[in-house]
Amino acid sequence: MYDASKIVVGLAVFVVLATSPLWYNALSSASPAAPELSQPTNGSTECVEETAFMRANHMDLLDQWRDTVVRDDVRTYTSEMSGKTYTMSLSDTCLDCHSKKDQFCDACHTYSAVDPYCWTCHVVPEEAQ
Amino acid sequence: MGALISLVAVAAIVLLASVGASTGDGLRFVFGVILPGVAFAVFLGGIIFRVVHWAKSPVPFRIPTTTGQAKSLPWIHNNELEAPSGLPGVIGRMALEVLAFRSLFRNTRVEILPEKSKVNYIADKALWAAAMAFHWAMFIIVLRHFRFFVEPVPAWVEMLQSVDGFFQIGLPVYYGTTFLMVVGLAYLLARRFFDSKVRYISLPTDYFALYLLLGIALTGIVMRHIEKIDVVQVKAAIVGWASFQPAVPVGVGLWYFVHVTLVSALLIYFPFSKLLHAPGVFLSPTRNLANNNRVRRHINPWNPDIQGHSYAEWEDEFRDKLKASGYALEKE
Repeated sequence: MYDASKIVVGLAVFVVLATSPLWYNALSSASPAAPELSQPTNGSTECVEETAFMRANHMDLLDQWRDTVVRDDVRTYTSEMSGKTYTMSLSDTCLDCHSKKDQFCDACHTYSAVDPYCWTCHVVPEEAQ
Repeated sequence: MGALISLVAVAAIVLLASVGASTGDGLRFVFGVILPGVAFAVFLGGIIFRVVHWAKSPVPFRIPTTTGQAKSLPWIHNNELEAPSGLPGVIGRMALEVLAFRSLFRNTRVEILPEKSKVNYIADKALWAAAMAFHWAMFIIVLRHFRFFVEPVPAWVEMLQSVDGFFQIGLPVYYGTTFLMVVGLAYLLARRFFDSKVRYISLPTDYFALYLLLGIALTGIVMRHIEKIDVVQVKAAIVGWASFQPAVPVGVGLWYFVHVTLVSALLIYFPFSKLLHAPGVFLSPTRNLANNNRVRRHINPWNPDIQGHSYAEWEDEFRDKLKASGYALEKE
């Protein structure tokens, strides 16, 4: 090999950078498993829609709720799953069951590095903190 | 024709992943865990193999490119970035090439103006702009994907996300790089379709890489914005894989497997294709050698070891015979 020292240094930098997630995880003490979410304490057993839908699409629902409430002044939501009606409110309806923000919202959002801007307008209720 | 062959090839990969992911847990493990692992190993090993192979070729004589004044007399102003005289200049020129595609910025296009019956060379920055948009967007997108690979997520990833999603359009927010990558790739593909000169020299491999990258970008966009998937399960699957605790990915949907399989195909394809320009640019002689031909003597490394035989030695060797034939000798 010609200029072997430069080639080896270059390749070493490449390999270390390309495998850096593996090193990072090996040296990190955090568990790679998905976080456990806190269950509702008020006896509720179902969300406004199905769990799988909520997991993937809750941001769409909240977005739609915000627009409906703020722009159209319509505050009642009828569930497509159960036909029940709910008041469209993050603080009152969502946080009523999911009462611990740090063990529900934040658990997944921190895990997957999502920074929702809900709380730039909404105040986190005392009991949910 | 080449465009069609490549499209069929990429479609076959997508089909394979879709069928595999919907068959059962066994194949889901193959497509979600084993294939990415093999692909990553091939990618790393392949690049090392190729670079070492290249490094076995002798370093050629310096090739001075005529894009700047080389260093000569002290009162002639030299251009250190275009014709570097030493290591700092070489690093600067290489950085400019890698980070800003300096030589592509010189791109021109030829036009024949019939009314003036003459050839015109016009600066063409569109290719440069599209290439910059695509490469930088892809680089930032790869860095953003660190959030799936490591736990806890480092602060710089979140900073990158908030800058990339600065305008907070849509929910989840649309990233600027999403737009730039697709637009860049679309231009690079469109020029192969619609510019007859480029179409003539386009090979199936040219289309294949573009389709593959477009497929990766589009499946990613589908998962984020259209057919949303459970991001927490995706992260659990990927970070488990990157911590050597792999499990069959659950609840992640078909699009995830298509995306991962296309990325795996790209990683496997990388070390055997034109995509090797990524490590290759660092080994280009016109970029990584200082233009110091007039300062330093460069000895051709593959010159054979020639043993000299001077006239005096020749005369000594045949002295008797030369003398006998009456030859006029320099040294009696």
